[in-house]
Amino acid sequence: MENDSRNNDLSRVLGPERRQRRHLIDILQDIQAEQGYLSRQAMLEVSKFLDIPGSSVWGVATFYNQFRFTPPGRKPVKVCLGTACHLAGGQLVLEATARELAIEIGGTTGDMEFSLERVACIGCCALAPVLTIGGEVHPRMTPPRVEEAFVNIKAAAPGAPGTESLP
Amino acid sequence: MSFEKISRQAVSNWEALYKGRITHILVGTATCGRAAGSMAVLEALRRELEGLDAAVAISEVGCMGLCSHEPLVTIIKPDNFSICYHHVTPQMVPRLVQGYVIGDDPCFDLALGSVTGGGQEPAIIPELERFAYEKRLLLRNSGYTSPLEIDHYLACGGYKALAKALTMAPGALIEEVKRSGLRGRGGAGFPTAAKWRSCYTVKIDIKYIVCNADEGDPGAFMDRVLLESDPHAVIEGMAIAGYAVGAQKGFFYIREEYPLAVSRLQTALTQAEDKGLLGKNILGSKYNFDIEIVKGAGAFVSGEETAMTAAMEGRRSWPEHRPPYPAETGLWGRPTLVNNVKTLAYVPLIVNNGGNWFKRTGTKKSPGTALFALAGKLNYTGLAEVPMGTTLRTLVYDIGGGTRGNKQFKGVQIGGPSGGCLPEALLDTPVDFDSLKEAGAIMGSGGIIVMDEDNCMVDAAKFFTDFSQQESCGKCTPCRIGTFHMLDILQDITKGQGTLEGLNMLEELGRDVKAGSLCGLGKMAPNPVLTTLRYYKEEYKAHVLEKRCPARVCKDLTAYYILPEKCERGCDHCVLACPAEAVFSDENGLKVVDQSKCTKCGSCQLVCPVEYNAVIRLSPVSLVPENRRTRPETPSKEP
Repeated sequence: MENDSRNNDLSRVLGPERRQRRHLIDILQDIQAEQGYLSRQAMLEVSKFLDIPGSSVWGVATFYNQFRFTPPGRKPVKVCLGTACHLAGGQLVLEATARELAIEIGGTTGDMEFSLERVACIGCCALAPVLTIGGEVHPRMTPPRVEEAFVNIKAAAPGAPGTESLP
Repeated sequence: MSFEKISRQAVSNWEALYKGRITHILVGTATCGRAAGSMAVLEALRRELEGLDAAVAISEVGCMGLCSHEPLVTIIKPDNFSICYHHVTPQMVPRLVQGYVIGDDPCFDLALGSVTGGGQEPAIIPELERFAYEKRLLLRNSGYTSPLEIDHYLACGGYKALAKALTMAPGALIEEVKRSGLRGRGGAGFPTAAKWRSCYTVKIDIKYIVCNADEGDPGAFMDRVLLESDPHAVIEGMAIAGYAVGAQKGFFYIREEYPLAVSRLQTALTQAEDKGLLGKNILGSKYNFDIEIVKGAGAFVSGEETAMTAAMEGRRSWPEHRPPYPAETGLWGRPTLVNNVKTLAYVPLIVNNGGNWFKRTGTKKSPGTALFALAGKLNYTGLAEVPMGTTLRTLVYDIGGGTRGNKQFKGVQIGGPSGGCLPEALLDTPVDFDSLKEAGAIMGSGGIIVMDEDNCMVDAAKFFTDFSQQESCGKCTPCRIGTFHMLDILQDITKGQGTLEGLNMLEELGRDVKAGSLCGLGKMAPNPVLTTLRYYKEEYKAHVLEKRCPARVCKDLTAYYILPEKCERGCDHCVLACPAEAVFSDENGLKVVDQSKCTKCGSCQLVCPVEYNAVIRLSPVSLVPENRRTRPETPSKEP
């Protein structure tokens, strides 16, 4: 599992030049970039490093939309619900994706392959509605095209667990 | 190195590329170009040109604002027309290279038009009607010069304003900005010079500048395009502003969601430092200035200046009472000038050409241009820069090409979650700070979303209220709880459970939230609701009184129905596409939607072959004939 190989050593992120409160958010951003999410342990380590209460770290981390507290799937799925996407039927795309993956918004599939998020605007308004799967943009989606996209991805991954491994 | 020397060097590099004997290919690789596949095109171009014995150079450029035509490739050929091609795919690349780069076939069938200008003049495509209405000040280099090459910017007159500013007294510089009448482009339109002056007059050694690039409005992407296409213009503006107010350090507060803008900005900053245009003793003067990037972590409220400084200090992004304004007491208690990306990008132009020159564009009270992101149900989405005072009609019809599929125009939403929806009757409203405010909308950061007959205004109001409710930081009770209740009422209305008292309550709550909130988020959050109530009251009433959604968007009030006279019984597309197994065949083989199972995903309508077009949406749901609502108890077809 990729999860296990994720770097748990924070020494690279917690360099002495960053031992200031003003670096709290970029430290958290870097940890999330490396580990995919903010674990309780990582946040406690940051609190010790900056000498601020753990509750402050938690308070800041939960305030901002960027941070997540559970491990994401290997291929994060993000459905855009910015204004243009919403008006073009983004909500239906989101529902179709949740149905396709059989998970809730914010959840991860049992095999850790996909996680599902709604995002504010990824700046592809001319291609609305869009979703991204593992960073790849899929333009002008409709519920049937969502199904198609996942069928293609699952078919393209050799030896990948099929739909039956999804909860 | 002196500025003349830096500039001369850049001009000779530029002329070798743009005016020399080599063919120069520009590929638009800003975010929207990339989403449309421009990186694959770039890759294909590189492959195709590999090993070819032709004098060709490729540059990655920013965005011309023609998002609906991306990916765009421009071929600049010596002694020939410069031609811009649209919707380019990797498959088209061999033809373009063989045709126009090597041969003499301009491939007119793939072309969008010729590109003129560039360099000292803005680059435009004169064949496109929209350019007749635009005036490109901020976008002058976008899509033409490479954001990755400081020499391109320098050769187009870049950093000349900084060199000039350093010979002026700060007071005179502020005076020049005052003469221009420049107003902050973040949304509120506060006079820029007044902000500068109040920061300048505080006599303290350490001051800061923050460039507000926390463009959080869903549907707005002007700042992103500017930073991805012409980052040096913003950097130069910031360095000049720093000199004017006496700051030594600047920050870009930029959304984490804009990774490409961040990386291009970082490249640009490094290049400027290497040339001595940032750092210690800039261009041999006594002025020291350096710039750092701070990435926001995603909070709409951070766009408010006091909330932004809180975020930069590593705290929760909570707005504070003003005064004192950040220009007096901001980041870590120091005077901090907070300006929007666009505001700063105008500064070099004003310094070079003078305040009076700037005032010649736009209206008396809102001089200059306005940069808009056009999105929604338009034929041509993208960016447009027009003189202030241009009407919404010009933006929607002349530049945006009108509504897609000739659908009935319904309204424009301007200013994002803080703005308002304006109906057709107000399309002749000029876009400037004051006229829009009068109509109930705001200039905001400049996102324009066009809605057609298929969009429900109640649903749109609900969408924006949902956004504001989630983004409310929670500090002020009217905003935190008021938006929640407003959303609650809107949800009832879209479910057919609304009441007329509810509509009154909605209006009352909207006014209270406006009055009782500290920052712009709360003060503006009710705008989408209040403007739709003002201009689309009938649509609200249809939801409440008739349980009908005229646009047939609100799920609980809409049913999918298969017209028996149009259904081609042999085709099973809808049955197979339905994820809820709600579509079945009646005794005649005609398809019927079981309303008790239907999730209203619309899949059946999408897959129904166009020649039948049998699936329609009905509202109110009672319009579905009673005998075609659910599957009969005993399936008639079973033996």
